[in-house]
Formats: sequence, C-alpha cells, structure tokens
Amino acid sequence: MAIIESDLLGQPSAWRRQAIPVVSTMIGSGITLLPFIATAPVLPPLGLLIALGWRLLRPELWAAWVALLLGLADDLITGTTPGTAMTLWTITFLGIDLIDARPMWRDHWLDWWIASGAILFCALGQGAIGYFVAGGGALWTMIPPTFLAIFCFPPVARLCALLDRWRLAK
Amino acid sequence: MAPPRHRHRGFSRRIQYGLFFGYVAAATGVVAGIALVLIARFDPAAFEGIKGLALDVTTPVTRLTRPIVRGGGSLADDIGGYFGAVSENKRLHAELADARRGLIQARVLAFENARLKRTLKLVGEQSVPIVAARIVGSDLAGTRRFVTLAAGRADGVSPGQPVRAADGLVGRITEVGSHASRVVLVSDGGSAVPLRVVRTGEAALGEGRGDGAMEIHSTTVGGPGFRRGDLLVTSGVGGVYPPDLPVAVVTGTSGEIATGRPLAEPAKLDFAIVLPQAPAPPPVAPPQGHHH
Repeated sequence: MAIIESDLLGQPSAWRRQAIPVVSTMIGSGITLLPFIATAPVLPPLGLLIALGWRLLRPELWAAWVALLLGLADDLITGTTPGTAMTLWTITFLGIDLIDARPMWRDHWLDWWIASGAILFCALGQGAIGYFVAGGGALWTMIPPTFLAIFCFPPVARLCALLDRWRLAK
Repeated sequence: MAPPRHRHRGFSRRIQYGLFFGYVAAATGVVAGIALVLIARFDPAAFEGIKGLALDVTTPVTRLTRPIVRGGGSLADDIGGYFGAVSENKRLHAELADARRGLIQARVLAFENARLKRTLKLVGEQSVPIVAARIVGSDLAGTRRFVTLAAGRADGVSPGQPVRAADGLVGRITEVGSHASRVVLVSDGGSAVPLRVVRTGEAALGEGRGDGAMEIHSTTVGGPGFRRGDLLVTSGVGGVYPPDLPVAVVTGTSGEIATGRPLAEPAKLDFAIVLPQAPAPPPVAPPQGHHH
C-alpha cells in the first residue's frame, strides 16, 4: 500500500487519516477469525471496542452513518446475522451523538461509563436478535465476554490513541 | 479537563444540511438493518450468496494462522504428557486389552447383522461421504455456535448436509461459500436432532443449549427415562441425519429432561466428514433383550 503524503502543510494524506480508524476496526472484527475453536463465546467484541475507542477519542471523525458500514463489515466477517451489528452500532453512535450534544464535563471515567453502556446494549441486542432469528442460545454465555469487554475498553482506548498519534504523525 | 469539541453547528447552511442528511442516512440504515434481521428470520437462505462470499474471503486468514495457534495450544499438553507417563501407559494397556475383546465381539455382531439383513432383504442405506475437510475455525464472540469447514460448493457441499467426525455427529451445514462452509453445531441453540437412546431404544430429541451442552427431551410418555452415561445416537427420523450416528452421552438427568455432552468435541476436532442428507425416514427398531 502506497501512502501518498500530501506535501501541502506537511500533513498526512486524507486517505491515511481516514483509513487507519476504519482498517483497525475491521481488524478488530477479524480477530474472531483466529483459529481457536470454542463451544462458548470467549472473546470480547473487539471490533465494537475499537470502533467505540475511535468514536469517543475523535468525535468529529465519523458521522453516525459510518457505523452502518463498519457494522455490516463486522456482521459479514464474524458471520452473525447481517443487520445485527449494523443496527446496534448505528443506534449506539446516535446515542453517543446525543450525549455529545449536551455540554458537560467529560473525562476518561465518563467515557468508560458510556462505553460500558454501549457494550452492554450491543451484547443484549445481539443476544435478543440471535434469539429472535434462531430461537435459542443461552444468554448467560454472553456474560463473561461482556464483562471482559468492559474491562478491555481502557486498553483498547489507549491503543486507539496510539494509532491516532501515528495516524496524524508527519 | 475541557469538554470535547462538539460538532460545530454554526450558521452555515451547508454544514447544517450535511449533519441533517447524515442523521437521515443513519436512521434509514437502522431501518434497513432491522429489515435485514427480519429477512434472516423468515427466509434463512436469503443471504447465502453474500455470506458465502464473505466466508470465502475470511477463511484463508484462519487457515494460514492455524498452525501457529495449534502449536502454542498443544505445547502445554506435550509437556504435561511427560509426567505420569508410566501410569498412563499401564492404564492404556489395560484399556487396549479391554477394547480388543470388545472389538472381536463387535466384529461377530457386525457379521451376524449383515447376515440377518441379507436374510430379510433389507437394503442398508450406505451413505457415501461427500468430502472430508479440515475444521479451520469457529465463531468466538457471538451467541450462536458455528465452526468453519475448509470445503465448499466446489467440493459438493450444500446447506443442510450433516457433518460428522470420528467421534460422532458435529452438526449441519448452514452456509456455503465456494471453498468454505459454516457448520452449525449440535450444541447451538438453534439446533435440534432426533435421537434414540441406545440402551432402551427410546426416542428423544436433543436441543442445543448454546453453552456446549445439549438438552435431551424424551418424546415418549412414561418411558424408561434416561440414566447417566446413556449413549444417544441419531434415530434418522425425519431425514437430514442418517441413523445410528453417535451424538452425545447423558451427563445428568432431572426428571424427563437430561443434559448431554456432545461426543465430537469441536475444540479437539481436526477433520470432519460431510455426509449426504438422508432422504427419507428409515424404519427404526429398538434393540430387543439387550439391557445392560
């Protein structure tokens, strides 16, 4: 991949600034492709975590509709029912937009709370849609990965910040 | 810390319209997503093409990284194997002698069985396997239980075909790409398999629980019920699964319902065999006078 740097103002190219968040989110979705075979869910939804990390770090980076495409990619990569992550992630992003719209003090702790709410919402939504489509599945198996996901959010947010520094580096 | 930069609404019409249409697009997309879920609910085969394509694109990643992960996972087992090797060797010798006796018995029975079938002019349904393929991965994050098989439409695989391993039934094909397919495990919440208890011949239904185990329901009223250690095989009722494939062993009972552990443990599987769909429900006769 040739990264074309724009010489104007010495800024990294628009392509690079846009691609790194999107590609990192899709790689996060693709972590489930690693060939561990499990009979119960064991990994946190890394695609969602990275998407949330970017969204909370850079509110101006993505409009809410970007979550549609990221969610659809996640659905296709992980093999869940198409529309699951697409719907849930977009609703989550719209919700975060609502929170952003009210002026209040924001810090890391509040971002973590917001992300926890989002993770819980997506897990419940995924369970509900799975139940609706297939009519079965134990919901309790989602509890450990959901808690894991909540505790994984701060390191993932740091990872996004690292990637962000690299993304904007001259 | 300061509040974050909010999107500047300002007085620019262009920016306001841009924001507005962004939200319209997002809302439309949510509706479209819900529509997709509804379509998946009422027409499960609707997205076969696109999901098959996605499967073809993503499977090579899994296939290439598998040797690395396998190596790491089995290392601990290899080291652990050195300890207790002597006692294990003794135990295995005893088991082998036992198994040999059982095997001779089984050969005699198989011969007798074939002779009886010939006498009755029963045509045995010999299902010729479609393909044997490597299991390359599984869905690690969702509530559904799938594994990915490295064989697809090009190898003759199609949705609905049963998949077995050496130990027993693995599941059923749901999605097919041209070189990869997705298998829904018998322990998945959406799976149900008609079963038969080997000890009693009683009919049962095994439903996946989504957590690696199965829930076994008896379909006869006032039958002999289940016992711990009962072996369950497919009954072949209703087609799809050929009869007499080992499926699960009963690990616990509570009243009419039992819990079963699938015999083919997906985490330990390497290869699986895709079988053709059983076309018609074959007759089932419970074994007579064979209670142990």
